[in-house]
Amino acid sequence: MSTHARDKPAIQVAKPIALHAVVIVIGIFILLPILYGVLGGFKNNQQLSTNPIGLPDPWVPSNYTNVLASGDFWVQVWNSSFIALATTFITVGVSALAAFVFARFAFRGREFLFTVFAAGLMFPFAVAILPLFLLLRFFGLLNNPLGVILPQAAFGLSLTIIILRQFFRSIPGEIEEAATLDGCTPFGFFWRILLPMARPALATVSVLAIVGSWNNFFLPLVVFNDPGLWTLPVGVQQFQGQFSRDTARILAYVVLAMVPALAFYAVAERHLVGGLTTGATKG
Amino acid sequence: MTIVLFILPAFVLFALLVLAPIALAMYSSFFKWNGFGLFPTNFIGLDNFTRLLEDEIFLGDLWRGLILIVFSVLIQLPLSLAIALLLNQKMRGRAVYRLIFFMPYVLSEVITAVLFTMILSPERGLANDLLAFIGLEELESTFLSEPSTVMYSLFIVMTWKYFGFHMILYLAGRQSIPSELIEAAQIDGATPWKAFRHVTLPLLGPTIRITIFLSVIGTIQLFDLVYVLTGGGPVHASETMGVTMYEFGFKRFQVGYASAISVVMFLLSLVFAIGYQRFVMRRDTEGAITNMRAKR
Repeated sequence: MSTHARDKPAIQVAKPIALHAVVIVIGIFILLPILYGVLGGFKNNQQLSTNPIGLPDPWVPSNYTNVLASGDFWVQVWNSSFIALATTFITVGVSALAAFVFARFAFRGREFLFTVFAAGLMFPFAVAILPLFLLLRFFGLLNNPLGVILPQAAFGLSLTIIILRQFFRSIPGEIEEAATLDGCTPFGFFWRILLPMARPALATVSVLAIVGSWNNFFLPLVVFNDPGLWTLPVGVQQFQGQFSRDTARILAYVVLAMVPALAFYAVAERHLVGGLTTGATKG
Repeated sequence: MTIVLFILPAFVLFALLVLAPIALAMYSSFFKWNGFGLFPTNFIGLDNFTRLLEDEIFLGDLWRGLILIVFSVLIQLPLSLAIALLLNQKMRGRAVYRLIFFMPYVLSEVITAVLFTMILSPERGLANDLLAFIGLEELESTFLSEPSTVMYSLFIVMTWKYFGFHMILYLAGRQSIPSELIEAAQIDGATPWKAFRHVTLPLLGPTIRITIFLSVIGTIQLFDLVYVLTGGGPVHASETMGVTMYEFGFKRFQVGYASAISVVMFLLSLVFAIGYQRFVMRRDTEGAITNMRAKR
């Protein structure tokens, strides 16, 4: 490509411009809906129907301030955060233990057991949600954060175990031998040596678990009746149902609900992309 | 001892909350059941499944799923690939573009769907005004409330949300191809198109096959986006298996029938996954380089 362009100076100039033009058009396609949301939140409904594209005139901050002043929004942010962190803690902790055994111990039935876990990648919530709901009701876990946390952790095991096992395998056996010679128990090796070494992989799987939990909608939708337990996705959907005629207000709510996810993306983009890429190709 | 202790928590969690629900769904799909109690009692054999085969909504779900898969594979994935290759060129601001293109993937389905409900709304939405602005008034539409356009609208929203994910995978795949191979082809006189067709594309084969796989599996289980965007309407014109299952299971309390839909979703995913891995992805294990040599 680059060698080709070097032979033809005319193309060398024209090509980057065309390239940028195409890429910018795509960028507009991506950003316009979000920009519409941000600006729309600053309009009133009458402005939205007469002037959906342009800048607000006058700027109406009350949509945003009303949402921020309402307790509901903050309760949902807290619920989403708490559930995401608890899910991640359980998923990663439990998976790390299992992945350690799958990576570094030889025993009968290991590959079969691993395949069972790996096959979990094909069972998403949509397939299991109805019986899951019945089980949770039986255990009395409806309207209980654990009713969302535990199933999310269970469904996160497959991907997390696959990624962690692969990473644990790449750590040389000599390190484990040395640790054992120095009197380290298997758990001591796991806790004091393996986990600290696996920090990048742990960060990757944690980011995947957090994003997965943060965006989950189906499970909290059926498990939580109590508005005090709603997570952001459920809150946004219910808010839309409640104020369906008040477009500007819904836009403000949606935009504010985006902020935590986008902030997290800005911080953890590298881990997220890395995790999705290895998750997709190795799973 | 250590082995058991370390695996036990994962196994209990997995068995109780992943395997047991799937087994329970299979079991209750043979019953007529309103969902009270933990186990159903009114055994009706395969009646739920024969009813599915006569249910026009469910058959429509299968048809619409197929349409979405075809659209994804023929339009969304090639588009993502083209954009990935564009972003693979040396250009200023490449990292920023990549960041922006991938951004929608991070937003939840609910946020995406609510945002687009507003954008595509006929009175206050952005879409119609934008079409008028660029002189395409004849494309103005009510989008989501019109059976003939709702699937296209849904597909556009899906593309907005998911193309960045496929793009990222293609970018990673492209970057693992040694650039010497493509340069060598060009030194041998291959046009950029020929170099793409005969070098880049075959070497991207494994990545392409994975994205097709993820696309199909994702479409079989599509729920959140459709449920919030259209609720499956108007008059079931955009309904998916997930939405139909939700309607019967959680709204009409026909748990046995809804379980049968879950089971079909599960079996479709399973059969597709096994078949695809067996017949399409198998050669990927041989490694891309040896693969190419064999073809020569």
